[in-house]
Amino acid sequence: MAEKKLNSPGGISRLFRMQMFIPIVALIILAVFNLILDPGFFSITMGTNSAGDPVLSGYLITILDNGSEVAILAIGMTLVTAACGGQDISVGATTAIAGSVILRILVGGGDGELQAPIIVAFLVACIVSMLFGAFNGVLVSIFNIQPMVATLILYTAGRSIAAWINNNELPIVTDPSYTYFGGFIPGIPIPTPFFIAAICVIVIMLVLKFTNLGLYTQAVGINASSSRLNGINPTFIKFLSFVILGLCVAVVGLIKTSRISTINYSVIAKDIEMDAILAVALGGNALSGGKFNIMSSVLGAYVIQFLTTTLYKLQVSSDALPAYKAVVVIVLVVISAPAVKAKFASIGKKMRARKEAA
Amino acid sequence: MKENSVLEMRNIHKSFPGVRALQGVDFTLCEGEIHALMGENGAGKSTLIKVLTGVYEKDEGEIYLKGLNKPAVIKSPQDAQNLGISTVYQEITLCPNLTVAENMYIGRGKGQITNWNKMNKDADKILQNLGIPARANQQLGSCSIAIQQMVAIARAVDMDCKVLILDEPTSSLDDSEVEKLFGLMNDLKARGVGIIFVTHFLDQVYAVCDKITVLRDGQLVGEYVIEDLPRVQLVAKMLGKELDDMEDIKGEAAVYSGADADQNLLEAEGLQSDAGIKPFNFHIKKGEVNGFTGLLGSGRSESVRAIFGADHVLKGSVKVEGKTVKIHKPLDAMKAGIAYLPEDRKIDGIVGDLSVRENIILAAQVLKGFFHPFSKAQANKFADEYIKLLEIKTASADTPIKSLSGGNQQKCILARWLLTHPKYLILDEPTRGIDIGTKIEIQKLVLKLASEGMSVTFISSETDEMLRTCSRLIVMRDRRVVGELSGQELTQTKVMETIAGGEA
Repeated sequence: MAEKKLNSPGGISRLFRMQMFIPIVALIILAVFNLILDPGFFSITMGTNSAGDPVLSGYLITILDNGSEVAILAIGMTLVTAACGGQDISVGATTAIAGSVILRILVGGGDGELQAPIIVAFLVACIVSMLFGAFNGVLVSIFNIQPMVATLILYTAGRSIAAWINNNELPIVTDPSYTYFGGFIPGIPIPTPFFIAAICVIVIMLVLKFTNLGLYTQAVGINASSSRLNGINPTFIKFLSFVILGLCVAVVGLIKTSRISTINYSVIAKDIEMDAILAVALGGNALSGGKFNIMSSVLGAYVIQFLTTTLYKLQVSSDALPAYKAVVVIVLVVISAPAVKAKFASIGKKMRARKEAA
Repeated sequence: MKENSVLEMRNIHKSFPGVRALQGVDFTLCEGEIHALMGENGAGKSTLIKVLTGVYEKDEGEIYLKGLNKPAVIKSPQDAQNLGISTVYQEITLCPNLTVAENMYIGRGKGQITNWNKMNKDADKILQNLGIPARANQQLGSCSIAIQQMVAIARAVDMDCKVLILDEPTSSLDDSEVEKLFGLMNDLKARGVGIIFVTHFLDQVYAVCDKITVLRDGQLVGEYVIEDLPRVQLVAKMLGKELDDMEDIKGEAAVYSGADADQNLLEAEGLQSDAGIKPFNFHIKKGEVNGFTGLLGSGRSESVRAIFGADHVLKGSVKVEGKTVKIHKPLDAMKAGIAYLPEDRKIDGIVGDLSVRENIILAAQVLKGFFHPFSKAQANKFADEYIKLLEIKTASADTPIKSLSGGNQQKCILARWLLTHPKYLILDEPTRGIDIGTKIEIQKLVLKLASEGMSVTFISSETDEMLRTCSRLIVMRDRRVVGELSGQELTQTKVMETIAGGEA
């Protein structure tokens, strides 16, 4: 194997070519920026919440907490992107549907007491979300509609459907155990969403390890015609990616409604689809499909949350937030563009050549 | 610079990570000559062309053009075009969703096209002059591949070029179209255009070229006047060894002699797909090598695609080893032990961004099942085994397959199917666009596999290649089977007669 190594590019250019390179560098820059501005950004304090349980608080905890929602969606979004070469823009709206389904089953029409176990409500939400995912999947895989156009339907209609599920009421869950999913489990000072995200990541990693989902998805994304001739069913793989994303959406619906123990149809998970797509892009995955790296997308999701939190700390008003974010996003996306990456790599190569000559 | 040369390339160097593609290559093109650029896959032909056309930047060396006192600076295809260097690539690089005329005029001149009528009229005139059966306002995608190729040439010709590069322009043309192209080339030659002709067809080189430059492993072997270089010698120079011509392969045609040699491996009756072929019957014996022959578009590819289930099968029954199998999709065929190497390597064969390893294991992996991925070690073992067995030239098994040369890509696809240990292997144009060394290797491999009991159906545009390998030929014309030849009938003349048809 020694001869193989001989031809492979050296350290610097390999680093530049690594997919995780961009999100890692972005994370480091953000961290250093905050360190210089106010080292207090990194302080984590132990306190107690209203229920008297010990909880950790601090900006980093906020990032872990809120970034987890985008991270979970980024898992499914990466698969959809890789298989179909397009993105699902309906995830925010379908999150509202999933949340609405959970609340309907838990307390719909009641007085806030649980009418069914949370697990049952969650499983029903999973099924409903997967059905909506399947709807998108059918449009994309069978009818060959561009993903963004296909998902525009639920993007537009999703929140109305969510409101309709509960007859436009806003059910409130009074049972404290429901707050665990978006908050803290008593005795554990780390926010639960982070654990949920970790479980999702572990599950998908196991799936990728013990099935051919990764190989099939990439093959279909790169060359559907050739994949078909090799016995893969591209239609099914595309469909499957949307169903998996549906599952991710149900999980986020649970977290989102748990945070406030109720739902607000028009603002819940608003614009989260853009963050999820951005996480995929920031993770260095080609938005036109093909090769992917889910860990990279997940890291991208936390980087985006890091950025959002940093801006909040700088007292940027939430209305102006998107503009600031956009500037940073432009920079990140440009440096992760293949053309720029290649340039970096060639600079690295030249530097190495000079070193060798010296 | 010499008196009558239009292009001189001196001491060109170009390296890629892990490969030194060109090492001090010289190339001279004179006015009004057709100059063949020959070499095996990976010899550096494509790289040299791409350096000349500005797709790659050279690492070292100079390019001189007629009328320029200093070395030409070519940093982009646009630069090359402005200097009068036009290229027609092997693969169509036009836009299928635009019209023929739009394709001919896109990206040219300064400013936009304002007069669409005039553009269409001009285009029609050029098409007529060149005898290309296409209309200017027709969508390019609706033309056959051959016509698209000719439109690409028309586009290049009209660009008032001094140097015209034809990179494997004939690989998708049939004989009469090739004739037409040669007429066109001679025409341009008379007008003083220097033409660089890259091809793998030796006949064509000797039919039309004046000079030959041979490259091998990124180095210049030499420049020869065509009369001074007999065919055998040319092959020897390309391969870098003496070769007892291609004829020696025939003697080695080993025959399978197992007890079941008489049994039909596959029988198809009244098979018809939605690709427009007439229902046909077909059978192949164990260890037999047969082939479909016919002109381009006669339905030979469609026939094998129907057997493999690549096109939608409308009716007909298929028996494998006497048992009826239903083949609706490729996976059904794969499970029945059938493998299919498709005609269009780029569209149907390779999965470009995936590594050589992943490309090799793909079909076997699919057969093994969704829930049973090969371990890393297994995949590595398979890939290394076949890279060695088929002598695939790649930096490593992790290299993306798209960065390999055409012949090596084809070997990877072949490896992919051999790894599934098929009983019946269908090879649709496996030797198109690949070098002569690999061609012979593939032919030998086919015969070896057959002698071990594998049945093989072989399709090639080159009749002599088919005659060398197949023991039975099924002849197609106008999307139906019109004859079957075997034994003594397998001669070039007989095949031609059958293809042309008696009543004509």
